Amino acid sequence: MRISRWLAEHWVLGVALLVLGYLFLPIAVVAALSFNRPSSRLSYDFNEFTLDNWRNPCATSEMCEAVLRSVQIGFLATVVATVLGTVMAFALARHRFRGRSGLNVLIFLPMATPELVMGTSLLALFVSGGVPLGFWTIVIAHVMFCVSFVVVTVKARLTGMDGRLEEAAMDLYAGEWQTFRRITLPLVLPGIVAAALLAFSLSFDDFIVTNFNSGTTVTFPMYVWGAAQRGIPPQVNVIGTAMFGVALLLVLATSLAHRARAGGQRRPAP
Amino acid sequence: MDPQTSAGDLRLAHLTKTFGALTAVEELDLTVPQGSFFALLGASGCGKTTTLRMVAGLEEPTRGRVLLGDRDITRLRPYKRPVNTVFQSYALFPHLDVFENVAFGLRRRGIRSVDGQVRRMLSLVQLDGYERHHPAQLSGGQQQRVALARALVNHPQVLLLDEPLGALDVKLRRRMQLELKRIQTEVGITFVHVTHDQEEAMTMADTVAVMNAGRIEQLGAPAEIYEFPATAFVATFLGQSNLIAGDVSGGNGGDLLVTAYGTRFSVPSARSRADQGPVLLGVRPEKLRLAAAAGQVPAGHQHVEGSITDAFYVGVSTQYLLRTGWGTELSVFVANSGAQERFAVGERVVAHWDPRHAFLLGRQVDEDDRTAPMRHEPVGASW
Amino acid sequence: MSAPAHVPTASGEQPASPAPAARPGRHRFLPYLLLLPGAAWLFLFFVVPLVQLAAASLYDPAGSLSTGYALTWSFDNYPAALQAYWPQFGRSFWYAGIALVLALLMGYPLAYAIAQKAGRWKHLLLVCVIAPMFTSFLLRTLAWKTILSDNGWLVGLLRDVHLLGPDGRLLATPVAVVLGLTYNFLPFLVLPLYASLERLDRRLLEASSDLYASPLKTFRRVTLPLSMPGLTAGTLLFFIPATGDYLNAELLGTPNEYMIGNVIDSAFLVRLDYPQGAALSFLLMSAILAVVFGYLRNAGTRDVL
Repeated sequence: MRISRWLAEHWVLGVALLVLGYLFLPIAVVAALSFNRPSSRLSYDFNEFTLDNWRNPCATSEMCEAVLRSVQIGFLATVVATVLGTVMAFALARHRFRGRSGLNVLIFLPMATPELVMGTSLLALFVSGGVPLGFWTIVIAHVMFCVSFVVVTVKARLTGMDGRLEEAAMDLYAGEWQTFRRITLPLVLPGIVAAALLAFSLSFDDFIVTNFNSGTTVTFPMYVWGAAQRGIPPQVNVIGTAMFGVALLLVLATSLAHRARAGGQRRPAP
Repeated sequence: MDPQTSAGDLRLAHLTKTFGALTAVEELDLTVPQGSFFALLGASGCGKTTTLRMVAGLEEPTRGRVLLGDRDITRLRPYKRPVNTVFQSYALFPHLDVFENVAFGLRRRGIRSVDGQVRRMLSLVQLDGYERHHPAQLSGGQQQRVALARALVNHPQVLLLDEPLGALDVKLRRRMQLELKRIQTEVGITFVHVTHDQEEAMTMADTVAVMNAGRIEQLGAPAEIYEFPATAFVATFLGQSNLIAGDVSGGNGGDLLVTAYGTRFSVPSARSRADQGPVLLGVRPEKLRLAAAAGQVPAGHQHVEGSITDAFYVGVSTQYLLRTGWGTELSVFVANSGAQERFAVGERVVAHWDPRHAFLLGRQVDEDDRTAPMRHEPVGASW
Repeated sequence: MSAPAHVPTASGEQPASPAPAARPGRHRFLPYLLLLPGAAWLFLFFVVPLVQLAAASLYDPAGSLSTGYALTWSFDNYPAALQAYWPQFGRSFWYAGIALVLALLMGYPLAYAIAQKAGRWKHLLLVCVIAPMFTSFLLRTLAWKTILSDNGWLVGLLRDVHLLGPDGRLLATPVAVVLGLTYNFLPFLVLPLYASLERLDRRLLEASSDLYASPLKTFRRVTLPLSMPGLTAGTLLFFIPATGDYLNAELLGTPNEYMIGNVIDSAFLVRLDYPQGAALSFLLMSAILAVVFGYLRNAGTRDVL
């Protein structure tokens, strides 16, 4: 009786943990392979434990250049997309104007369009415009598909914000700019940071759109793709694991900081 | 009210605000004397908050002007007005602590040393020691006081309070009412207080303006409005009233004679808002008294006979519903002071009142009697 | 056009004012100014290319990249492309559909558990959903290749319990491709669903069971309808990229499992047949949009944004 009730209450958690296990399975494999000394170039089986890959992650300079390039592209695309998207989100959330719904469609469409179509159409544009494919065409493409995600993320935060806070600031002698700087911006900042992180991860990990518009420029995903055909150096797994670890630490740290602050703020139970 | 305006009075002239087809505030004329505690009282959607927002500069009037003394502030941006607001849900900045919330206005005006002022204000609202708390850590009452301190620290000429106590429970609200009144007396700033709670308005304000559908129905001291309401709306919104439909049938010295349902009543003409045609004769339920027989009615009192259809014992008083001979009902509150006998449902009784406690209002031709609804709380006992 | 403050509807006191506090003329051009750079970017690098792609899909198929193309309004490109590649087309929607069902079966309990059951572990579990995306998409898919490989432990296990025949395999089968699709896009389904379920007031569930609804009925009549916005958004965010994907089919399947994405990819990058690639891209996009709008209409929630 007790057990069946407990099961009824908790089976969902059990399923959830299984699904999380499914989500983490490949990560575990990547992490394991980062410590592997492969028996042959094309073998993906775990052969022998080694720290060599971690000690010497830049076994191929090609790969490290690709990582660096991906970081550069990700950084540029993130900055541009975050600025453009945030400004648009403000306009959409705070102003009434003609053509709003049309604009909403314009922002929604890139998210509803398969990456493949975006990639091919941009390729057609660049080719017909005689634009040489490379670093900058990749940046342009990445900004394009990141902007919509930034707009949506920041707008959600903005519309969730209590408009009376801004009125209160204005009532307390803060002009438009001061109100924005002291009240709106600090309160929306978490949304903007989240949007920027999302944009960076989308850019850093993008393969499909990049593949069409990169010319001979090689980003990290492109390198992995190319290497997959002729055997992946185990150091790729080091990069993958390290990226995962860094991002996870970053998120956990901010979430812990957030929780510490929220915990300090929690008022004693009534 | 003071006929001549002094330098710090808040004046609204022909103030009008429309939202599309909806008129929220219509041709409002109002003078709030400097240093007074003024209450705008009305039901939801009567335009009182819109009025307040126009004074604060958060809403721009469609027509009309807002004047502070001789200064026209109608088009001034909110941050240029010597007016501060305590918002309905306080609107405390969640990312700033109590100290920084209170210091916000001072800092924006470029004041460097805010420490002393902020601390003094926090102790005025009895929040010493809470400087580094964040709004989320405070109780409703404490948040309310931070909001008050945040506005008051700027020494505005006018402080606007938008339902400031609406989010608090009854007991806390009572306490805050007294505290607000104390603080207002201490700082001497003009308070304009918007509320839908008549009791709150009457407890705190020197002057109450009763608003309905974008207009002010009556303005005056609480007792004045309560004792001698100007319209049927005021008579029933502020407290409760029995209104009997009748017609003026003549005069008799200083009295007006009213005929209702074949019975004649007299009302002093000084207590009449209309001296001819269709009228409503109003008597507050607590001004009515009950007697077992007509012989017991004191000389000079008016009376109506009827039978009791309902009786609610509510502690401090007993509320009776009385069916009159002509079929409508009257509500009677009798204090449980022990001086009066209690009546049972079905008993025939006589309700009587001193004509000086009645009042006469003009009436639309098709308007009928109105009886104060019975309430399961000791109405009228708290003031 | 107006002051920045947005007036929320307070407790009924505020008369319904559709627009924020009016300051006519003050910021009339500000919103356009704010929107201009972003909108221009999207127009230039999203709309214009799409239009151009539309034009490219009508080029004379006889041209080539070296000899140049002529816009001959050859609408024949469309039926020709469809005729040549309808199996891949059908397979795209079929695989994505099965993957969607699998993802819903896994994602809904996950989102529900995190939103309603996890208590103080909520944030940690949420991070766990997002975390796998921190590792490259390609690396994860390659990892699946390792997991599903013929001499891997999974195939060995399945063969031992006779779920697979002695020569049965997972890699290079439709199963592997669908599994990969499910895996790769599952977080996109879970996150919006979680956001929706998190807002769900637990008291509603209690009210429902108080009103004699069994857990199943409560789910069907209360939880599910209230999570509809998140479900809709999540489904779209899953289905759209899954349908257009070609990497899972490429890495985990064989040409027998190729989806329409593989065809488009090779049309552009291998066969250099731009008109056909463009026509296929457009077919894919319009098919997806048709599904999306049909779905949105039925789901009754137009404001996915």
